[in-house]
Amino acid sequence: MGLLTALFLAPIIGALIIVFIPKDEHKTIKSVAAVATFASLAICLYVYFAYDQAAGGLQFTEFISWLPDFGINYSMGVDGISLPMALLTALIGFSAIYASWNIEKRPKEFFILLLILIAGVMGTFVAQDLFIFFLFYEVVVIPIYIMVLIWGSTKRVSKEYAGMKLTIYLLIGSAFLLAGLIALVVKSQGLTGNWSFEISQLAQVKFDDKFQIVTFALMALGFTSLLSMWPFHSWSPDGYAGAPTAVSMIHAGVLKKIGGYGLIRIGLFILPVGAKFWAPWIIGLAVMNVAYAALIALAQKDLKYVVGYSSVSHMGYVLIGVASLNIIGVNGAVANMFAHGVMSALFFSMIGYVYDKTHVRSIPDLGGLAHQIPRIATGFMLAGMASLGLPGLVSFVPEFTIFIGTWKAAQGNPAVMVAAVLAISGIIITALYTLRLLANTLFGPRREEYDWLPDANVPEMVPLVVLGFVLIVGGMFPFLLMDMINNGVEPLMTHIGPVLEAASKIGGNL
Amino acid sequence: MIEFAMQKAWLIPFLPFLSFVLIGLITKRSEKLSAFISIACILTSFVLAILVAVGIFGAGEEFIEKSFEYSARWFSMPGLEISMGVKLDPVSSMMLFVVTLVASLVQIYSLGYMHGDPGFSRFFAYLSLFAASMLGLVIATNLLQMFVFWELVGLCSYLLIGYYYFKVSAREAAKKAFMTTRIGDFGMLLGILFLQIVFGTLNFTELAEIVPKYADYGITLGTLNLIAILLFIGPVGKSGQFPLHVWLPDAMEGPTPVSALIHAATMVVAGVYLVGRTLFLYKTATTAAEVVAYVGGFTAFFAATIALTQIEMKRILAYSTVSQLGYMIMALGVGSLTASMFQLFTHAFFKALMFLGAGSVLHAMHGKVNVWDFGGLRKKMPYTAWTFVIGGLAIAGIWPFAGFYSKDEILLEAFNTGHTGLFWLAVITAAMTAFYMWRMIFLTFFGEEKAENHPHESPFSMLLPLFVLAFLSVVGGWVALPEHGWGYYIRLGEHEAGHAPAWMIATATTAAVGGIALAAAMYWKKIISYEAVGKAAGPLYTLSFNKYFIDEFYLWINHTIVDGLGRLLYWVDIYVVDGIVNGLGFFTKEAGAVLRHTQTGRLQNYALILFAAVVVLVLYMYFKSPAAAMIVLGGGN
Repeated sequence: MGLLTALFLAPIIGALIIVFIPKDEHKTIKSVAAVATFASLAICLYVYFAYDQAAGGLQFTEFISWLPDFGINYSMGVDGISLPMALLTALIGFSAIYASWNIEKRPKEFFILLLILIAGVMGTFVAQDLFIFFLFYEVVVIPIYIMVLIWGSTKRVSKEYAGMKLTIYLLIGSAFLLAGLIALVVKSQGLTGNWSFEISQLAQVKFDDKFQIVTFALMALGFTSLLSMWPFHSWSPDGYAGAPTAVSMIHAGVLKKIGGYGLIRIGLFILPVGAKFWAPWIIGLAVMNVAYAALIALAQKDLKYVVGYSSVSHMGYVLIGVASLNIIGVNGAVANMFAHGVMSALFFSMIGYVYDKTHVRSIPDLGGLAHQIPRIATGFMLAGMASLGLPGLVSFVPEFTIFIGTWKAAQGNPAVMVAAVLAISGIIITALYTLRLLANTLFGPRREEYDWLPDANVPEMVPLVVLGFVLIVGGMFPFLLMDMINNGVEPLMTHIGPVLEAASKIGGNL
Repeated sequence: MIEFAMQKAWLIPFLPFLSFVLIGLITKRSEKLSAFISIACILTSFVLAILVAVGIFGAGEEFIEKSFEYSARWFSMPGLEISMGVKLDPVSSMMLFVVTLVASLVQIYSLGYMHGDPGFSRFFAYLSLFAASMLGLVIATNLLQMFVFWELVGLCSYLLIGYYYFKVSAREAAKKAFMTTRIGDFGMLLGILFLQIVFGTLNFTELAEIVPKYADYGITLGTLNLIAILLFIGPVGKSGQFPLHVWLPDAMEGPTPVSALIHAATMVVAGVYLVGRTLFLYKTATTAAEVVAYVGGFTAFFAATIALTQIEMKRILAYSTVSQLGYMIMALGVGSLTASMFQLFTHAFFKALMFLGAGSVLHAMHGKVNVWDFGGLRKKMPYTAWTFVIGGLAIAGIWPFAGFYSKDEILLEAFNTGHTGLFWLAVITAAMTAFYMWRMIFLTFFGEEKAENHPHESPFSMLLPLFVLAFLSVVGGWVALPEHGWGYYIRLGEHEAGHAPAWMIATATTAAVGGIALAAAMYWKKIISYEAVGKAAGPLYTLSFNKYFIDEFYLWINHTIVDGLGRLLYWVDIYVVDGIVNGLGFFTKEAGAVLRHTQTGRLQNYALILFAAVVVLVLYMYFKSPAAAMIVLGGGN
């Protein structure tokens, strides 16, 4: 068994073991879940640092022929784009277990589903075969729905509504994606005579422009709605608000990043002309994401809604980075997915701690919490500062890189220039709602009704320490992340460079 | 030793950073140990800074307009390489000296001032982090490195203004400071992006060489002016220039040593320093330079008019800082690095002195802040009073105190470059400065003692910094004497040993003395009734006292316009965007139900139907008629 298989097999094995543990053995169940995700994290860290950047390309590959008649293979591999995503999954998965340490209601089922969810997300990032990729993608739907329904919370919208909305969006997105995938594979069989689901092989096929434009649109509908692109974003705040902490962490942290990952790995890589055609539209909508969602975040009173809309806003930067179609922008997009994942998972876990104990998420009803829970307040501060892109934390360099990439793409294109300026002005509004959230939640006079509130205990500190560490180290030593990402992005962009170059000469929107 | 200090100059910011980490992770429970580590680190940095200064100034000609520079890669990708490094030249070594000196004194002062505060260790941790960030900014080799530390000093400022986080006013002031400077940073970031894209580098040395050849890089002078103005918005925010000055007076919510260190002597001059570092840009982009000059000149004047009527000691000092920063910015705008940096240098001493003196007063007055509640304090607090008077003479520009030399230098440069209007504006400002400063001094230290006050002199740890700073406020200006060669070392362009003509010195001194005399007449000897003057000024007094209602205007924009837009969009999001999406879902659900003659209400069914419907529809359309599919998908052409 290869290391990459182990990455997602570890949580599955953990889930299998939990099946056989009596349901009252809470502590054992949690420990097994923790060990399983820790194993995954340890392997992932090893793979990350053992990856040979000088050699580049896909490494740690595994290949087993599965359905040769249809060209479907069990094909695994990682490069500089998928490794940070896999590491993110492992980090957040491990943290999510500890963030759920206080689950009292049916923990057995909860941790089984959570582990399956983690395994499913992990699988999408290491799969190199589109069929397998899609399989993993579908795996994540069911646990999310059940978890929101059983362990979710009802505030503005009911948890049933939230769960349904999350799931339907995920399913519709995947329907479009499936349509695109089938079209891709059928067409490539028509062109080459061979069935293949392998991403790297499909990327070698020369699809005609019209086909690329249509198929990219199908896939982009799937991927961008997962990435909560405007106007397909409304599932995100509602869904995160209804979901239990761990699901919010994983969904906002990594699951929605499958959208951005797919857009780059499949959309951009296989269908560059389609990407070029749709890029201006994506930039336009992404600017809506950044500015519109940030302004709405200002109007929110519920902590989870602020972070939910904030997440929509941040994903706008990812989309802009991808749509800038240059190395710098795409590098920034991948890096920003990583940065936002760490930051939002930390945010949601801290909110979860406050909410699970107080059942209050409404900001006006909170305040002065730094008096009672200084550790959790530190977590809030770290996440908040990362959210507003403070240098020295992991999200600054990715955002700066995206801005450079966008600015570069905007040269000689006034419309894109305006979009870029609007997007960058998002840093002001982001600071406004983040600082307001921090000020009104943490600071101000001591409120005696919260004096009983205990600060984070040891298991609860795990997400704070792990994610906080990544935020700081990633911010101080950005090359640790950026070198790896560039290692994956550069060959990809070099591969599609000539196509983009040629496409730009066709004129019109191309 | 000197060689070591220069090679290892990164230690200067690193040591305070180390202190921050140590206090935060290990020693925060022990107040004494925390303070010891913090002060030991900053003093070591101070020694290193002196060694660096000796190395740089000792080398004479070698490092003028050239620098001792080294760096390491921070991150890179094709087309974008960013490094972090150390750039040592006369300007940066001067700043290293000033920052480490003031930071050391403020930390020593805080031993007494913050004694007994429950957050003592936290305070020293923040001060250390601040020193680290500020020093990192000073030695930056490129604009992005500067921006990184620029934001970090902003963070420290935020943390320290909000140090008393249980106070709503402190919390709001901290937020305001962050937000206002953020608006400036937005402009600055655009400027940085522009520079990176156009010139392909952010390194100061490289930019200085290629910016004059901007035409080779395909941009017009207009674009270069735009870049320079965008970049300048950052300093407008950070250095409290109009119209982004509003945060600085509110920043006085922080503990007083913080006001002295951050909001008077060091951080707020970061903006001035940035413009100084990029002055080559403004030498080429002359329109932008004019903008800089007039923004600076106007701010100097405008802030002084507000300071005339304020009643809180720290607020008067804060507006004075805004005004003095305006002088520095104006000096840069008229093209003089020498004069601007000189004002920065002397101002750091006398303004830190006055803030620490104010802290000493407030410490003794147990929370009273209104200058009208003070009076006659010179008797019980002689050391504080007389050092404060020295500061007052220095800032008014009385010979031979430091401010005299630096203000003259600025006036001279403004006049010589043909900015006669700015010159007279600066002279009027100088008179106002002398007036409001001495108004405060007379009300606080002179006149009748008030029975209800029980002042006492501060402990030695607080007085020692006052003595050092008072000494420097006297002699600090003498470096500009020809034999000391300030202008020879710190300059951009040719060194001109210009001397202010006698009439100019006479005018400036008359203005200063006149201001002091008027203040004495109104607030000490009470020859002129200040009430009558206030009444005569009428609406002008109201405007000044209310700071021209600018804060109210910004609050209105924030709470009415921005928040209103947020609420409106939220409504749109729920009822329009989401409404349409839910409507579609409802429609599909109903259609599905009819088709299957069943209404189980289960998610799986709906999802399955939706899923199948979309797949079938799209595939059918695609293979039958790609054009139709494209129309449906919204991509007409």
